[in-house]
Amino acid sequence: MQSTTAETVRTGLSRRGRWGLGEIAFWLVAAATLFFLPERHLILNEIAIIGLFALSLDLILGYAGIVSLGHAAFFGLGAYVAGILAKNGITDPLAGLVVAAIASAILGFVTSFLVLRGSDLTKLMVTLGVALVLGELANQMSWLTGGADGLQGISMGPILGLFEFDIFGTVAYAYSLVVTFVLFVLARRIVVSPFGLSLRSIRDNPLRARAVGIPVNRRLVAVYTLAAAYAGVAGGLLAQTTQFVSLDVLAFHRSADVMLVLVIGGVGYLYGGLIGAVVFKVLQDVLSAWTPQYWQFWIGLILVLLVLAGRERLTDKARFAVKRFFGRFKAQRTDAMPTTSAREI
Amino acid sequence: MLRRTLLSAVGATAAMLALSGVAMAQETVKIGLILPMTGPFASTGRQIEAAAKLYMQQKGDTVAGKKIQLIVKDDTGTADVTKRLAQELIVNDKIAVMAGFGLTPLALAPAPLATQAKVPEVVMAAATSTITEASPFIVRTSFTLPQATVPMADWAAQNGLKKVATLVSDYGPGIDAEKAFTAAFTAKGGQVENLRVPLANPDFSPFLQKVADAKPDALFVFVPSGIGAQFMKQFVERGLDKSGIKLIGPGDVTDDDLLNNMGDVALGAITTQHYSADHDSAENKAFVEAFKKANNGMRPNFMAVGGYDGMHLIYEGLKKTNGEGGQALVDAMKGMSWTSPRGPVSIDPQTRDIVQNIYVRKVERKNGELYNVEFATIPNVKDPVKAAKSN
Repeated sequence: MQSTTAETVRTGLSRRGRWGLGEIAFWLVAAATLFFLPERHLILNEIAIIGLFALSLDLILGYAGIVSLGHAAFFGLGAYVAGILAKNGITDPLAGLVVAAIASAILGFVTSFLVLRGSDLTKLMVTLGVALVLGELANQMSWLTGGADGLQGISMGPILGLFEFDIFGTVAYAYSLVVTFVLFVLARRIVVSPFGLSLRSIRDNPLRARAVGIPVNRRLVAVYTLAAAYAGVAGGLLAQTTQFVSLDVLAFHRSADVMLVLVIGGVGYLYGGLIGAVVFKVLQDVLSAWTPQYWQFWIGLILVLLVLAGRERLTDKARFAVKRFFGRFKAQRTDAMPTTSAREI
Repeated sequence: MLRRTLLSAVGATAAMLALSGVAMAQETVKIGLILPMTGPFASTGRQIEAAAKLYMQQKGDTVAGKKIQLIVKDDTGTADVTKRLAQELIVNDKIAVMAGFGLTPLALAPAPLATQAKVPEVVMAAATSTITEASPFIVRTSFTLPQATVPMADWAAQNGLKKVATLVSDYGPGIDAEKAFTAAFTAKGGQVENLRVPLANPDFSPFLQKVADAKPDALFVFVPSGIGAQFMKQFVERGLDKSGIKLIGPGDVTDDDLLNNMGDVALGAITTQHYSADHDSAENKAFVEAFKKANNGMRPNFMAVGGYDGMHLIYEGLKKTNGEGGQALVDAMKGMSWTSPRGPVSIDPQTRDIVQNIYVRKVERKNGELYNVEFATIPNVKDPVKAAKSN
C-alpha cells in the first residue's frame, strides 16, 4: 500500500517536472525578443527583473501561503548591497549578485522567525514593518546610501570580464533574462520536488501537514529564506542594470506592485509572476505614453475589471478555446496527461 | 502541436508590434520632457508641462526650419524610472534635448546618460546646487536653494531676528537650504537650531511642537513645491500662527500654485525667491494671463516659469545652432541672457547655472487673492555655493 502511494507520488512529480511545449515556446519568445526588439530592451529588462521579483513572492505566497506586504525589504536590500559594492570598487556584476543574494537570504532567515508567528494579518503587519524599518534606515544612513538623493556614481564592470553594459540596454536585458531563467529553472525544480510538495500541503492545511510529520516551521523558514535571496537578486539586477539606487526600492509601492503583478499573472503558478510582469509593464508603458497624467486611472479600472471578471475564468476560457481548437489532434492524448501539470508549475 | 507553437508565435509577434513604437521619418527635433505627472509631486509636472506647451503655442513649433516635437513622459517621481525613460528617449526617439526633472534625485539619475550620449539636459525644477556639476551637459533654468536662501539670511539679520529654527525636508535641496542659511545667518551673529523632516509623507507636527517649545524669533522653512499646504495646515493646528513666531524661508513654502488656498495663516510670511506670479512687469502680466487662460485659471508658480524659460533656452539655442544638438547646443546656451517673466536672467557660462534677481516678498491679500508681493530686489545673484568654490 505504502509503496504504491510513494510510487504514484514519484511518477506524478516526475511527470510534473517535464517541460511542456508551451513553456519552451515561452522562453523561446523571450530569447527572440533579444534579437527582434532592440529598441525595447530597457523596458524588457525591467520586466525580467519584476518577473523575477514576482516569482520570488510566488514562492512564499503561492506555494507556502505566507502573505507578505513587505517583500520589497529584500528587493531593496539586494539593490543597496549590489549598488554599494559596485560603488566601492567591487564592480563584477556576478559577485555583486551573489553577495546581494546572501545578504537578503540572511535578512530573510532572521525575519522568518518573526513572520512565522501569528495569523495572516500578523504576517502582513510584520512584513510591512520590516520593510518600513529598512526604508527608514536607508534614509537615515545617507553617508552610506545617499539618502533621499539616491546612491550616485555606481559604475559596473563587464559581465564575466567580457560584456560591457551598453546604452541600448541589450547586455543588461540579456543579463537579467539569463539570471531570471536560471533562477526560474531552479525554482521549477524545487516546486516539483518532495520539498515543494510538502510546502503545498502546508499551504493547504498546516495542521494536517504537521500531523503527517512534515517539519512545518523548518520548511517555511527554508522557503522564506530562499524567496528572500531571489528578491535580493532581483534588486541587485535593478541596481546593476540601472546603475542607480534610490529609496524607492524599499518603498511600500514596490511591495504592493509586485503583489499586483502576481495577482494579474496568477498565484501558485511559476509563470504567473512572469506573465503578470509582462502584462503590467506593457499596460503601464502604453497607457502612460498615451496619457501621462491619467494612466493610473485606466490601470486601476483594468485591475478592477480583471479581478471582478476573474483571471481564472479568463485564462480557463482561453485554455478551453485552445483545447477545442486543437481537440482533433489531442483527443487521444488529453486523458494521458494529468490536468494539474501546467497549473502547478 | 505545430499549430499550437505557430499560434504562440503569432501572439508573440502581435505583442512585439504593440511594444515597438512607430518611427518618425520627418525632419524633427525632439524634446523629451520627463516629469512627475502622478504621485505627490504631480503639481510640479503639471505646471511645467502647461508652461512648455504654452511656450510652444505662443512661439510656434518650428525652429530653424525644423519641427519641434515635445514628448512628455511620466516618471512618477521615481528616479530609476526617470533614468529608464531618459535612456529610451535617447536610444529610441533620438531626442535632441531632455528636459524637466522635478526633484534632485530625478535630475541626478540621468546625468551619466547626458554625458555618455552628449544630450543636453535642461533642468527646469530641481534645485540642489551640485546638480550642474554632475554632467557638463546639464543646464539649469530653475534656481538653486542657496541662491534663494542666502538673501533670506541677510534679510533676517538686518531685520533684527536673533534666534531662528530651520525646518527642511531631508534631501539635497533641503540640506543645501539649511547649510546656506545657517552659515550666512551665524556669520552675522544669529543663532540657529536645525530640524529635518523626511521627504516622503512628512508629518510636521512633532517638529512643530519642538519649535513651539523653543520659541525662536522666526521659523525658516523649506519644503518642496506642492507640500507647502500640508505644512501650513499643521502650522495652524499647533497654534504657531498665534505664537508670534515669524515664518520665513525660500519661496517654495508659499508656492503660488497653492498659496491662495492656504488662507490667512500665510499672511505676513516673508520669503525670498526668484519668481512671484505678482511680479510687476509687462512680460509677467502677459505670461500669467496666457497661462491662466490656457489652464482653466491655474496660477503659474516658479516651476512653470522654470519650464517656460527652459523652453525659451532650448528654442534660442537651437536657433543659434541651426537645429543642431549635442555639445554645440550646450555651448550656444552658455552665456545666453533674456528677459523672463521673472525679470532679467542669464546662463552663467562657467557653471551652466542660472543667474537671476532674487526678490524679498511678503504674503499679502491683493484683489481678494493671496500673493507673494515683492518689496526688495537683490540683482543678479549667482549660485553662492559654486561662486565660493571658484574663488
